[in-house]
Amino acid sequence: MSLRIVVCVKYVPDAAGDRQFTEDLTTDREAADGLLSELDEYAVEQALQISEEADEAEVTVLTVGPEDANDALRKALSMGADKGVHVEDDDLHGTDALGTSLVLAKAIEKTGYDLVVCGMASTDGTMGVLPAMLAERLGVPQVTSLSEVSVSDGVVTGRRDGDTATEHLRAQLPAVVSVTDQSGEARYPSFKGIVSAKKKPVESLDLDDLDLEADDVGLDGAWTKVEDATERPARTAGTVVKDEGEGGGQLAEYLAGQKFV
Amino acid sequence: MAEVLVYVDHVDGAVRKPTLELLTLARRLGEPVAVHLGPGAEEAAPVLAEHGAVKVLAADLAEFADYLVAPKVDGLQAAHDAVAPVAVLLPSSSEAKEIAARLAVRVGSGIITDAVDLEAGSEGPVATQSVFAAAYTTRSRVTNGTPVITVKPNSAAPEADPAAGTVEPLTVTVQESSTGTRVTSRDPREATGRPELTEAAIVVSGGRGVNGAENFQVIEALADALGAAVGASRAAVDAGWYPHSSQVGQTGKSVSPQLYVAAGISGAIQHRAGMQTSKTIVAVNKDAEAPIFDLVDYGVVGDLFQVLPQLTEQVKARKG
Ligand SMILES: Cc1cc2nc3c(=O)[nH]c(=O)nc-3n(C[C@H](O)[C@H](O)[C@H](O)COP(=O)(O)OP(=O)(O)OC[C@H]3O[C@@H](n4cnc5c(N)ncnc54)[C@H](O)[C@@H]3O)c2cc1C
Ligand SMILES: Nc1ncnc2c1ncn2[C@@H]1O[C@H](COP(=O)(O)O)[C@@H](O)[C@H]1O
Repeated sequence: MSLRIVVCVKYVPDAAGDRQFTEDLTTDREAADGLLSELDEYAVEQALQISEEADEAEVTVLTVGPEDANDALRKALSMGADKGVHVEDDDLHGTDALGTSLVLAKAIEKTGYDLVVCGMASTDGTMGVLPAMLAERLGVPQVTSLSEVSVSDGVVTGRRDGDTATEHLRAQLPAVVSVTDQSGEARYPSFKGIVSAKKKPVESLDLDDLDLEADDVGLDGAWTKVEDATERPARTAGTVVKDEGEGGGQLAEYLAGQKFV
Repeated sequence: MAEVLVYVDHVDGAVRKPTLELLTLARRLGEPVAVHLGPGAEEAAPVLAEHGAVKVLAADLAEFADYLVAPKVDGLQAAHDAVAPVAVLLPSSSEAKEIAARLAVRVGSGIITDAVDLEAGSEGPVATQSVFAAAYTTRSRVTNGTPVITVKPNSAAPEADPAAGTVEPLTVTVQESSTGTRVTSRDPREATGRPELTEAAIVVSGGRGVNGAENFQVIEALADALGAAVGASRAAVDAGWYPHSSQVGQTGKSVSPQLYVAAGISGAIQHRAGMQTSKTIVAVNKDAEAPIFDLVDYGVVGDLFQVLPQLTEQVKARKG
């Protein structure tokens, strides 16, 4: 039996760009260029490694996002994933984490899965809650924040470097996994990969296809509301001195003046 | 008076500081009721009471340690259902965020993560967050269900306000689906003898400029003179010079100390994301163009191997 792996990937504004809010206080997806969240590249990488270890496996990359989110799928496909699923619907605009987890769970169930692989957090929202929400909604084990993961004989094992301890974990498939950026560098798409990605199938789904209503999601369906967003004032320019042999002393003087010493 | 649930982050009853901050913030919203899962509730209770907990709901089941996250969600949900609180507050540790996430799904509540401040509002608690690597500050609230909010460390100074803090047993039924992920072994992190990175008032971090594991002594010496925690950039961690548990930044720890000292760190956006909200920022870097200087209150352009030892000596001398 083929191992069915679904990787959740998010299309995010580039952190190196100028990230902003729009008037309705949602993330402005025009202001900065978008790309596949770097932290989800690690998820794609681990999914590919697991599939390469398995006798037979199929890797589907799944994204919920606007039309351009297709770029994120293409990138993952060019790394080696087999097919894509793109959930796209105008009513999704402004969906919060809970809503996104609902849509992802429905799409994962519709696609069919043995293993769901997520990144540790999205680089824009940085909540790191989606994988736990997915496990809750799908009713399957949560094996998250792994810096090491492997799958064999229908069992997933992994290492989780937590705040106070390192834990080794074990669960039966089906399961939801998330991996950190310690799990191993993601591969670069090869030229061949980029060419073949263009021919790989991407299925497009909307809310109807997932039996969801417009008010389950979107800004109106969101259970959190951003009241206001203010740009943080630029830090007032500080003092910068060049070390002419007394730099350490000058710094000590400053710290003493600020009562740190 | 309305009750506010506070999830206690502890190691065998030793309460971690962010929980005391939560109790302080909780009092702005109502009466704090602490939820203590796992061993040590009796040891924890006096500290929780000291900081305003009117009650400590306690449950100690083997499942909390034997399985990942989900049994604790059962525990917190039991407390939620018993108390009907106006809000549930948790620290922003990665585990507590996951507990919060699942609780929110289960009880049908909106969730806000990584708040840096919290105040009562006419329509429920208003949470301040720092987003896009601290480029923006937002204020948000939950519009459905019991607000579930996780709060970053150092968001408030813990204030004592003694309350009863009576320990009451909490009945928890662990769902069958909550025992799917077994913890087969657990190695506690070794204590460094220095303050906890996320809780420290002062953090001294080293980056690629430190150029070698043994050179981190220079960073540690300054940290010890200042009574600080030691941090590292991802470049230093990836090079194997310092453990990942000390990484500051987007994929490491997020810190917000009174004083942050960056040595040999360029100040990439992912590093800034984890330290930009520090009160005072100081940097030593030999490249005057390094972006870290855009953030500093005081910067020294120079070789960290010259500047840091001199600074360490003078700090020691001043402290006598
Ligand atoms: C998805 C993602 C997540 C990331 N997460 C993190 C994260 O959590 N934390 C993090 O830190 N980074 C993170 N990064 C990496 C980040 O982009 C930078 O690569 C990293 O922060 C650089 O570390 P650095 O400043 O130590 O090294 P560099 O950028 O190489 O800077 C070294 C600096 O040291 C100075 N220097 C060299 N020698 C000396 C000397 N003798 N004296 C004084 N100064 C000297 C140099 O002038 C230079 O400015 C992430 C990247 C990605 C893509
Ligand atoms: N819109 C989305 N589409 C697909 N996957 C997502 C989406 N948002 C979040 N994820 C997945 O959930 C992980 C954690 O995201 P978050 O909880 O938003 O920080 C990401 O690394 C992705 O794997």
